[in-house]
Amino acid sequence: MTVLPRTAARTDRQRMTRAAWLIGLGIVLLILPRLIYPVLALDILAWGLFAVAFDLLFGFSGLLSFGHAAFWGTSAYVTAFLLSHGQSVPVAMLGGTASALLIAVPIGYLSVRSIGIYFSMITLAFAQMISFVALQWTDVTGGENGLQGFARPSFLGLDFSDSTTRYYFCLVLFAIGFYVAYRTVRSPFGQALQAVRDNEQRAQSIGYNPTRFKFTAFLISAALAGLAGSMFTFAHGVVSLDVLNWRTSGEVVMMTLLGGTTTLFGPVIGAGLVLLLRDTLTTANLPVGIVTGLVFVLVVLFFRRGVVGTVQYWLRRR
Amino acid sequence: MNTQLLLIQVFNGLVNGAFYALLSLGLAVIFGMLRIVNFMHGALYMLGAFTAFALGQAFGLGFWPSLILAPILVGLLGMVLERTLLSRLYGLDPSYNLLLTFGLTLLTQDLVKQFMLSHYAVSSAPYTPPAALAGVVNLGFVVFPKYRLFVIVLSLVICLLTWFIIEKTRVGAIIRASTENPTVTRAFGINVSKWVTGVFGVGVGLAGLAGVLAAPIYSVEPYMGAELIITTFAVVVIGGLGSILGSVITGFAVGVLAAVGSALYPPIANTLVFILMALVLLVRPSGLFGLPEGAK
Repeated sequence: MTVLPRTAARTDRQRMTRAAWLIGLGIVLLILPRLIYPVLALDILAWGLFAVAFDLLFGFSGLLSFGHAAFWGTSAYVTAFLLSHGQSVPVAMLGGTASALLIAVPIGYLSVRSIGIYFSMITLAFAQMISFVALQWTDVTGGENGLQGFARPSFLGLDFSDSTTRYYFCLVLFAIGFYVAYRTVRSPFGQALQAVRDNEQRAQSIGYNPTRFKFTAFLISAALAGLAGSMFTFAHGVVSLDVLNWRTSGEVVMMTLLGGTTTLFGPVIGAGLVLLLRDTLTTANLPVGIVTGLVFVLVVLFFRRGVVGTVQYWLRRR
Repeated sequence: MNTQLLLIQVFNGLVNGAFYALLSLGLAVIFGMLRIVNFMHGALYMLGAFTAFALGQAFGLGFWPSLILAPILVGLLGMVLERTLLSRLYGLDPSYNLLLTFGLTLLTQDLVKQFMLSHYAVSSAPYTPPAALAGVVNLGFVVFPKYRLFVIVLSLVICLLTWFIIEKTRVGAIIRASTENPTVTRAFGINVSKWVTGVFGVGVGLAGLAGVLAAPIYSVEPYMGAELIITTFAVVVIGGLGSILGSVITGFAVGVLAAVGSALYPPIANTLVFILMALVLLVRPSGLFGLPEGAK
């Protein structure tokens, strides 16, 4: 829960810390393709935005979606489909994002009426439904094989066969997505959303409609997850059923928790850490599932504030 | 579709339904009593099957001893996990239990995968049903494998027994009291946390039992619980989370509906349960047998 600033000094300090996080994150993301190989850097951008989208819903509205892969995956498939049918990159990505938003309307409408753990299970089941559709609808999705080998035509003189170019193109999209999330959270809407999260009855009694707030947050979150999914397809040039697997939904939760919920910067850092860990494990030929599962368990048990949350907690206590 | 085929589908549906019912019953007992959403249930089901397979490999134990022993071992493991890990999260939002058990699922699946690969050099292993249950039985109107019939009957018996114990006996009364008002129950001299651990062990043991029963039908494989748990969650949502009767009835009903549905239109088999769930939610957000929301 956000503590309301009581003194001007505190507000100033908060503003300073926020600016410091922003500048720090910006610098790291700008030089990232020089530090690690660009496709991994691209992965961090896509998953980072996905985690930010998830945090918008989980951290700020208290809704633990366990089916966010539905939006990420749908958009990934639609983007791939449009690219393989000769559409340009911006059209394909926009189409992907729009498709995520579109399916979020019925899913969100049905699920935000439920609370707590019901919401988690319902979103999970809907994601599973989408995953089965993708498996069955082989003409469009390629079934078990997925879609691959589609072109990524140049756009405005940018040659997308170069992964560094793809990275900086996606960095712009990431910045836009992050800004949308940031503005949403800091707006009066975001404040009301947190009021609903903290005490639904009270929020209702002062005239807010909790369901409508949660539904709107759901849609924004889904659209951002869609944008991220579309970036993921664009980055790799393939899409497979993995993007709709429930493990994907779980992984984004893990990244967000590890980085720190309700922080927005945290999920990006969490995504980076998880992906770097996984990359290290794979190259060292260590069992990925065992280690990531263990990390997940330890984070939930002992490290619920996450990286950014813990740092903020220390700063606040000083 | 002729009647013969329809009947066979109904029976096949009952077999799948038996697994849904046993698993969602375990989930219902655990959630209803402890407010834990056990995402690990599918992995524990897999552990039941795997334990039966491993007991056979290591000690030459057949199906019958494994049917008793494997659920007990899985139940004991569950009790250890409850004492050491899950109990740390009581009082927090149930989401954290879901997340913890999700992590444990990833861990368990991959541990079993590594173990099977390194010890038996297989990624999936068949498991033969006992000789007494081999072959088919002629029910007059339909010919059906004996073993599958056994699964249906045993599952029904276990479900009814569990329901009876919780609703009608003194043990059930203590369990219900421990979860509804732990403080007062403690004042009566009942060790609530021991009961909680026990209930978790039994719920998890049911998953283990389902796993052993499933081993001869599906082969033993590290990810065999992964898709099943999602369907089970949908069953639980339809039936009403925490409702024991709801989970059993819905479990069997969903099994039959999916089987009959897939005979009419094959691609719908796996999606039907989720379509059903969406429809039920539109009408009754707390599920068919669930209490109205608020008791989250």
